[in-house]
This record gives sequence, structure tokens and C-alpha cells, in this order.
Amino acid sequence: MQYALLFYNPPLESQPAPAREAVVAEMLAEMRAWHEELERAGVFRTMLRLASVQAATSLRRNGDDVLVSDGPFAETKEILGGLALLECADLDEALAWAKRCPLVRIGTVEVRPEFGPPR
Amino acid sequence: MGLDGSREALEAIVRGEAGLVLASLIASFGDFDLAEDALQDAVAAALERWPQGGVPQRPAAWLTVAARRRALDRLRQRTMRADKAEALRASEELRRTEIATQEVDDSVTDERLRLVFTCCHPALSPEARVALTLRTLGGLSTEAVARAFLLPVATLAKRLERAKRKIRDARIPYRVPPESEWARRLDSVLAVLYLIFNEGYSATEAEPAVRRSLCEEAIRLARVLAALLPREGEAHALLALMLLHDARREARFGDDGASVPLDEQDRLRWRCDELFEGLAALRAAASCPGRGAYQVQAAIAAAHVVAPSGADTPWHTIAALYAELEALASSPVVRVNRAVAEGRARGPEAGLALLAALEGGDAARLLADYQPYHATRADLLRRAGRSEEAAAAYRTALDLCRGEPERRFLAGRLAGLGI
Repeated sequence: MQYALLFYNPPLESQPAPAREAVVAEMLAEMRAWHEELERAGVFRTMLRLASVQAATSLRRNGDDVLVSDGPFAETKEILGGLALLECADLDEALAWAKRCPLVRIGTVEVRPEFGPPR
Repeated sequence: MGLDGSREALEAIVRGEAGLVLASLIASFGDFDLAEDALQDAVAAALERWPQGGVPQRPAAWLTVAARRRALDRLRQRTMRADKAEALRASEELRRTEIATQEVDDSVTDERLRLVFTCCHPALSPEARVALTLRTLGGLSTEAVARAFLLPVATLAKRLERAKRKIRDARIPYRVPPESEWARRLDSVLAVLYLIFNEGYSATEAEPAVRRSLCEEAIRLARVLAALLPREGEAHALLALMLLHDARREARFGDDGASVPLDEQDRLRWRCDELFEGLAALRAAASCPGRGAYQVQAAIAAAHVVAPSGADTPWHTIAALYAELEALASSPVVRVNRAVAEGRARGPEAGLALLAALEGGDAARLLADYQPYHATRADLLRRAGRSEEAAAAYRTALDLCRGEPERRFLAGRLAGLGI
């Protein structure tokens, strides 16, 4: 069954540029290593890093119309930075991989199963 | 024994075996709801036939066989559904299960460890863990669990539904976790059992009979857990802690309804059988590797209990144990209890100093509403002869009081100051 791992990170824009770049570089390197482990284990399906929340656009119904506005779904402290899809036998396996994700150190990782009856 | 009496006895037997049978059914069929429905049918059949035919020699085996038959019947019904996909799925499941159950004789393997670890999975909310554990392992009806927590039955039923749905949808595995994870996962199980016990022991709002059944259930499950995990010191320690508390339940309140401090209790009202069992469990814990927080707490309870009289309470030993507990599991609650012990061992000013250290920190906000903190402060100030300050603290504690016995006790102390 597929599990989505959603990465919620604190915004790094508030930090000065050199510190920010160092954190990002470190995270990217560690995420690449994590990705390789997932591939080796055969659980990796896909991973997507999202652009900053400033590039987000939201659509909502407004009467009969659809309103397009700048910004994410909700203004939150932690921001959806990316996601991964893993194929795991059960929640414990998905949680074990999520715990090894480097982003757990700086933010929140939500683990959600795909919709549908268990196969 | 009249018909009513024997029905009660039968229900008690059935409830005692329900957890064992249910755990086994879930293992066979992989479906909580199917297992529960099948068990319910089997229980109804038992309560109908056993009064006439007599209780079988192995009630759990009887119930398991009856429940398995009912479950297979239900699966067959599903195969006759109009919906082809559903029927096909059910058909395959039925074939698989029929083969599996043919291979098993009517013995009942003890799958309760799988059930308890699953019910107490960290992915379930704490309230869900408690409700599910009581319902499945404890065999309590939904109504009984709702009554115990003063919730409408519909609310609790929904909570159970959501928990089972989460287990299904997120695929929380029905298994005992690998030993490498036991330290963390066992914590969750022990916390659930201790919560159930405390709900029965310390809560004051639900009916006494209901609260009593919670304590008994928690102790029973703790015994089962200790038997299933004999090398886990904390499982034995939790059992010890519960028994050592429970043994003193009839000495907790005076004839005037006021609560009585431990060292002033009438020791003749303590239950020896539970004390002995508790101390034996503590010895079992001590013989296991490691020394966890429950073991230290049980050691504190034991220190109180083995003293020949209240006046002989070994406060120095107890203070040292609280210091050890604080290093393992620091919290304002532990610090307040430690202050009590230090106050008796080294004098009230020593206890007050420990409390003062709390007041500056992050915990300060929580302390404002924490009744035992104010009650402890009041007692230490009283012993130090600072009566005006003690009176003020007693009044604050009284304002925060939620139970009548505690209120009467504090009111008595306040009156004794004569201010």
C-alpha cells in the first residue's frame, strides 16, 4: 500500500542567507542519501520538492465563481515543502522510514495512507 | 446459587476469557469488527446453553470454536452479496480462512500481547488506546466503558469506531513489535493500564462500583502482561505499584469522610493479600535487568508499607527514591512529592526550598492550578510554624479542591491553625 510522507518545514527565509544556505545544502545532501536508501529497499515510488510557498496560488469557490488568489491554502508556521510516496506493507514500516527522514529534525513529517479498502 | 447469581458468575467467566478469545479471533480473521461480532454471538450462545448444560471445562476453547463458526458464517454471507467485487473478495477470504482454521485444533493460542500492543499503538490517540484496551482486552461493554469515563455511549462508540477505522485504513499491523522497539512501545501499554487504574482509584465523579471495576480490570490486565512478559521489569513493577496502592483503599478515608495521609492510616484496614502480591511483584521486577520509573515508584510505595508503623516511615529512604525518580522522569508532580519526603526527612525548610526551585521555572504556570502543590506548601509551612502563610496556602488549595474527602481534610488542617 502507498503512504504519502508530507514534509512540513519551518520557513527558512527568516534566517540570514549564509546560515540558510548551509542548512539547505546539508538537508539536500541528507535527503539524497535517504532517497538512495529508499531505492535500495525497493520502497521508493516518487519524491517531489516543492517551490517556496511564495510561489503558491490558491483557488476557492466564490459564489458561482472561482476566486484565484496569491498564497498557500493556509498561512501556517510550518509550510508544506515537499512529499514522498512509499510502498510499504504496513504503518510501522512507513513510520520506520519516516523516522529516518532528515527533515524530521527540523520540521514535521505527516504519514498518510492512500485512500481505499486494504488490498 | 439462584438463577441471577449463576448468571453473574457465568458473565464473569465469559468476561474473563473474552480478551483471550478476541485476540485469537483477530489473529485468525484479521478483522476487529468481524471478530467482535462473532464473539458477541458466541457469548450469547454460551449464556443460553451453559446454565443448562454446565460450564465447559475449557470455556475459552468453547467460545473460540463457537465464534470461529459464526465468523465463517458471516464471511459466507458476504460472498452472496450482489456486488461482484465484494463477493469475490469475501470468497477468497473465506477459502483462505477455512483452510487456516482447519489446521488449528480447538486450542486457543494466547494472542493477547498482539492485541494489547496494537490497541496501545502510538498512532492512536491516548483516549482511543484506553477505550480500545478496556473494550477488547478487558471485555467491558461499550456502555460500561462510557459510564466509567462519564461519556455518552454514542461518543464512546464513535471513538471506538474511529480507532478501529484508523487501524484498518492506516494498516496498523496486528503484531507484537520487534524487541528493539519494546522499550518505547511498552511505555505506551503501561501508561494506558496505569491511566485506567488511576481513573478508578483517584477519580471522584463516577459511581464507586464503576471505579472499582476499573481498578480491578487494570490490575487483572497488569497481571496478564507481567505473565506474558516475565523478563520486563517495568511490567512487574507496574503491577506492584497498583497492588500496593489498591491494598490501602479502605484506609484512605476516615469515618468523617476526610482523606487520611499515608503515614496516619489505620494499617489494620490494609489488605494483606494485595500487599504480599505487590511486594512479590516488586521482587520480580528487581530481578529483571534495568530499573525504570515504575520500579522506583513501587519501591516508594513498598517503603511506606513495610514500615511497622506510620511513625517509622523511612522518610530518608523515600526522599532518596524520589530524587532517583526525578532523575528518571522529572516533573512538577514528582518534585512536589519529593518535597513532602524531604520535608519529613530533613525538616520543612528543606522541603520548601525544593518547592521554591520549581516556582521560577517553566512549570510555574502549571503550579498555580496544581492543588497538591498548594496543599504540600501549606503543610510544610504549618510544620515550620509559619501559620499565616500556611493558612493562605490552605485556602488556595481548598479553592482548587475537586474531591470532598480532600476538602474535608484540608479544611480540618486549616481549622487546626486557629487563624
